[in-house]
Amino acid sequence: MSALLRIEAVSKRFSKKLDAIEKLARALGAAVSDHTVHAVDRVSFDVDAREVVGLVGESGCGKSTLGRLACGLHAPSEGTVRYRGEPLTTDPGVRRPIQMIFQDPFASLNPRMRVTDIVGEAPRVHGIVTRSDVSDYVAELLQRVGLDPSFAPRYPHQFSGGQRARIGIARALAVKPEFLVCDEAVAALDVSIQAQVLNLFMDLRDTYDLTYLFISHDLGVVRHLSNRVVVMYLGRIVEMAPTEELFAHPNHPYSQALLFEVPRLDRRRRTFVPIKGEIPSPLAPPGGCHFHPRCPHAMPRCSSQAPALREVGPGRWSACHLNEH
Amino acid sequence: MSRVGPLLKVSGLRTEFPTRDGVLPAVADVSFEVARGEVLGLVGESGSGKSVTGFSILGLIDPPGRIAAGSLQFDGLELVGAAPESLRRLRGKRIAMIFQDPMMTLNPVLSIETQMVETVLAHDDTTREAARQRAIEALGRVGIASAPERLAQYPHQFSGGMRQRVAIAIALLHKPDLIIADEPTTALDVTVQGQILYEMQKLVRESGTALIWITHDLAVVAGLADRIAVMYAGRIVEMGDAADVLDAPRHPYTRGLLDSVPAATQPGARLRQIRGSTPSLLRLGPGCAFRERCDRADAECATPPVLETTDGRSVRCVHPLELA
Repeated sequence: MSALLRIEAVSKRFSKKLDAIEKLARALGAAVSDHTVHAVDRVSFDVDAREVVGLVGESGCGKSTLGRLACGLHAPSEGTVRYRGEPLTTDPGVRRPIQMIFQDPFASLNPRMRVTDIVGEAPRVHGIVTRSDVSDYVAELLQRVGLDPSFAPRYPHQFSGGQRARIGIARALAVKPEFLVCDEAVAALDVSIQAQVLNLFMDLRDTYDLTYLFISHDLGVVRHLSNRVVVMYLGRIVEMAPTEELFAHPNHPYSQALLFEVPRLDRRRRTFVPIKGEIPSPLAPPGGCHFHPRCPHAMPRCSSQAPALREVGPGRWSACHLNEH
Repeated sequence: MSRVGPLLKVSGLRTEFPTRDGVLPAVADVSFEVARGEVLGLVGESGSGKSVTGFSILGLIDPPGRIAAGSLQFDGLELVGAAPESLRRLRGKRIAMIFQDPMMTLNPVLSIETQMVETVLAHDDTTREAARQRAIEALGRVGIASAPERLAQYPHQFSGGMRQRVAIAIALLHKPDLIIADEPTTALDVTVQGQILYEMQKLVRESGTALIWITHDLAVVAGLADRIAVMYAGRIVEMGDAADVLDAPRHPYTRGLLDSVPAATQPGARLRQIRGSTPSLLRLGPGCAFRERCDRADAECATPPVLETTDGRSVRCVHPLELA
C-alpha cells in the first residue's frame, strides 16, 4: 500500500531581501548576500492512512514549517508533497483533505466572528452544506467536540482556552478532512484541559478514521498519541522510529539528549546533567552534522560531512556517523 | 538575625482584586512555610493564584489589588503593611524574583553591565569596578562563558535561555536568602530548561538559598522540589513532601492532575481527565471550590473544607483519598 502523505526531499527556504543600506554596501563591493534560512532541508518521510506520526524538535527546528508544507499552506522551495500520489495543491480556493489545527487558541480565531461563522463558513463556501442547513451542521460539530450547541452565536472572547481549542478543532473538522496537522495544538492548555483535548483527538480518530501529523515539543504528549515519531534538528530529520522503540532506545545522540532532559514525574530530586550549548541560529547552521558542536560523541568527520538518514533497523532511521562503525 | 524557625512564614494570606463584577479573591487562606535551603514547588493551573502568592510576598500587588488579610513573616520581619522603603531594601537584596519572561525583566535599551552594576549599587555602597567584578562573577556562576565581553552587550543579543541566565545572575548578585521563581523555564526549550534547572539546583545546594518554584508543570518540580504545595482556585489544597504528594496524593484534584499527565499513563490509553474547567473565582459560592468537578463530592462538600495537617501532610478535603 502506498503512503497517504508522501513528503519527498522537501526543502523550504525563507529569504530576507537586502535592505537599502545592504544593497548600497554590495554596490560598493562588500560581500553581502540575501539572508536565507533553510527552515526545512531535504526532508522525506511517509505517513500511512490512520497513522499518528509525532513530529518533535525544539524551537527553530522547522517542525511548524514542515507542518505547513504538509497541508499546503506553504509551497516547497524544492521537492514534492504528495497526497494519495497526487502533488498537493497550495491553491487557497480548493477544499483540502488536510486541515491544520493551530497552537494559539487566542490568535487563530477571528475575534469579530461568531462561532457559528467560524465553524460554518468553510463548509458553506465549499458546498458541503447549504446555507439553510449550516446552523444544524455547526450544532452537530460543536456537540461532537464537546461544546454546548447553544454557544454558537457567541464570540471567541467568551470562551476559555480549552473551549477555544475545541472551536479550532470543530472548524478543522467542518470540511470533512481525512488528515489533521496539529501544530502544538495542546501546548497552550492547562494539564487538566490538555488531557480532555488529547482524549478528544483520540475519539475523533476512531470516529472519522483520521490520520494525524502531531507536532509538539512535548515528548510526553507525543509518546502518548503517536505510532511513529520523527525527530528534527535545525531543519533536518535526525531520527525516525516507532514510538516505543525510540523512547526505549534512542539512536541519535540528539534524541538521547532530548529524551534525557524531559522532566518526568518518576524522576525525583534528580541531579540535572545538561547537554552543552544552545541551538545554533538557523541562519548560520554549523557545517557537517548540525548537532556536532553539542554532541558528546563528535568526531572530526562530523564537522565536515553531513550524515545521511539511513535505516538502522526495521522501520528505524537515524542520521549519525556512529552507525557506520 | 534569627536562625531558628522558618525563613518565610505565610499565614492566612488573602489577596483581592476589585473588579467591575465584584471582589476577586485571587489568593485566599494560603499558609505555608519555607526553611533555609529548602525548595518548595508551588504548583497549579492558570488562575490558581500561584503567581499572585509570589507577587504578594514581594509586595508587588498593584492597587487596586491588595493584601486583605494574613501575615508574611520573613526572617522575623512582618512584610504585610511594612513601609515601602523597608520592602525596597529587602527586594533584590534578601528576596529576589525570577520571572517567566526574561525580556520583561531586562531593560532592552541598557547594556547588561549597566543593569547589573545598578542592581549592586542599589543596595551596597561599593565602587563601580567592584560591582562590575561581582557581575562578572555572577554571570560565570550561571554558566555564561566569556562574561566580561557579554557584559557589554544588550538583551537582544542574547538567546532566550541566555537571557534567563542573566535574569538569574541578577537575582543572585546579592546572595539572597530567598528566591521566588515564577515559571522561569516555561518559555524555554527542553534542553535549555535542563541547563537552567541544573544551574538552579547547583546554586541552591551550594548557597543554602531557599527557593519557591512556581510552575504548572508537575514533572519539573518532581525533579527539583523538596516539598510541593498544590493550589486550586486561590487555595492550597494539598501540601507535603514531594515524593509523598506525587506518589500518594490525598486530594482528588492532585490525583486528577497527576492522571492528566500523558507520560504517567500507558501510551494510547485514555487519559483519566478531570471533567469541566476551573470555576470563576467571582462565583465560587460556599463549599469546596473543586466539588463541581470532583467524583467524590457529596452534600458535605457544601461546607468549606479546612486545610488539615497530620505528620507534615496537609489536605483541604472532606473526603480525602486514603493512603495506600
